[in-house]
Amino acid sequence: MSIENLKTYDPFAEADEEDSGQTKQTQEYIHIRIQQRNGRKTLTTVQGIPKKFDAKKILKVVKKEFACNGTIIGDEDSKMGDVIQLQGDQRAKIKDFLTNKDEGLGLDAKTIKVHGF
Amino acid sequence: MDSEAPSIKRRPSRKSVTFTDEKLVVNPDGSVTMDASPADEIKETAQSHSAPTEPQDAAAAAAPAADDGLDLSLMKKKKKKVKKEDDADAAADEAAPAEGDGAIDLTMKKKKKKKVVKEDDEFAKKLEALNIEGKEGEEAAPQEDEQEGDMDQGTGIWAHDETKPISYNALLSRFFALLSQKNPDHASTGTRSYKIPPPQCLREGNKKTIFANLPEICKRMKRADEHVTSYLFAELGTSGSVDGSRRLVIKGRFQQKQIENVLRTYIIEYVTCKTCRSPNTELSKGENRLYFITCNSCGSRRSVQAIKTGFSAQVGKRKKMQG
Ligand SMILES: [Zn+2]
Repeated sequence: MSIENLKTYDPFAEADEEDSGQTKQTQEYIHIRIQQRNGRKTLTTVQGIPKKFDAKKILKVVKKEFACNGTIIGDEDSKMGDVIQLQGDQRAKIKDFLTNKDEGLGLDAKTIKVHGF
Repeated sequence: MDSEAPSIKRRPSRKSVTFTDEKLVVNPDGSVTMDASPADEIKETAQSHSAPTEPQDAAAAAAPAADDGLDLSLMKKKKKKVKKEDDADAAADEAAPAEGDGAIDLTMKKKKKKKVVKEDDEFAKKLEALNIEGKEGEEAAPQEDEQEGDMDQGTGIWAHDETKPISYNALLSRFFALLSQKNPDHASTGTRSYKIPPPQCLREGNKKTIFANLPEICKRMKRADEHVTSYLFAELGTSGSVDGSRRLVIKGRFQQKQIENVLRTYIIEYVTCKTCRSPNTELSKGENRLYFITCNSCGSRRSVQAIKTGFSAQVGKRKKMQG
């Protein structure tokens, strides 16, 4: 049994999080989106992976792990860098991959935004 | 995606939004019921439930089931604490609510009790020991029986120097009673989540989804249709239009549940106040082209991000080129 009252709680934790999100702008976020194609086919796009990671290498690993095809799209207009595009709904899997410390990139889950339904 | 598509879980706080016309009521006894009645009535039911009479009702119901001997042994325990002069009064006090049948019953009990107290001291002690050893079934009934006394006057179980543990149900009903007494606002809104009507989704042909009651939902959230629409399109990675009867036509096949999930994130992002979690807020365009949410409940103001579509892959390009 634990005493709820005595848990250390930072009342400004949420506010700080919000602030950093505002000041760093959306560039810092990794957006995982889903798009519908024809029929019941979908596409998953991952946008804003930090520059220090090689998108090609990530794609190679991810394609094998998720057993899906994918491609890298250079998206020059929005300055978002390379976008990894995967076939099918890989949102949960790619999120796990990005946050996994041992087998993935070990990124902070707070920087990842999953969009879509 | 079709029905098999699992929707991604993002934040636990999403659960605070419910898509229903009914009202969820958390009763003081811990049970949760759905109530189709309007909001005003709920407060009343909650109050009546939480009135201090409730545990006594439960006790009265349990009393016939309880073994006489056990019951009395417990009564005796109580008496030990009460001073001699108060003895009769206290016994009457405690017995009265439990035995709601009448005076005759009460006197019978009293007589019996006194007899047992004088004669069966050892017997009672044995029974107590049995109780402590944890005969679950037998223990349950007398424990409910103990929870008597007037909360406001601080008698019986609520007495200041009472050392018996108060049952969870009694404490819970006390909490709700005090809450509705001292803080009726929280009693009426705190336990219920934000409700909006469920989105009505129809399929148009094979490739389009009609979101029929978007205006209604927007009205409920006090947001512009266009704002919600652009958010929906950005999140679903699609586009669409509004038809003649203000229904939203979305390209692609979407299910009600999927739309619900998007609306839920919209509400968390653009409707609820982050300070007090009240959905009673207004979205307005402030200086610097920024959008601000102003809370009508607590007055806090925060900026929200503009809706961004982000990257969107070219879908069906090949088809267009062919056709
Ligand atoms: Zn507020």
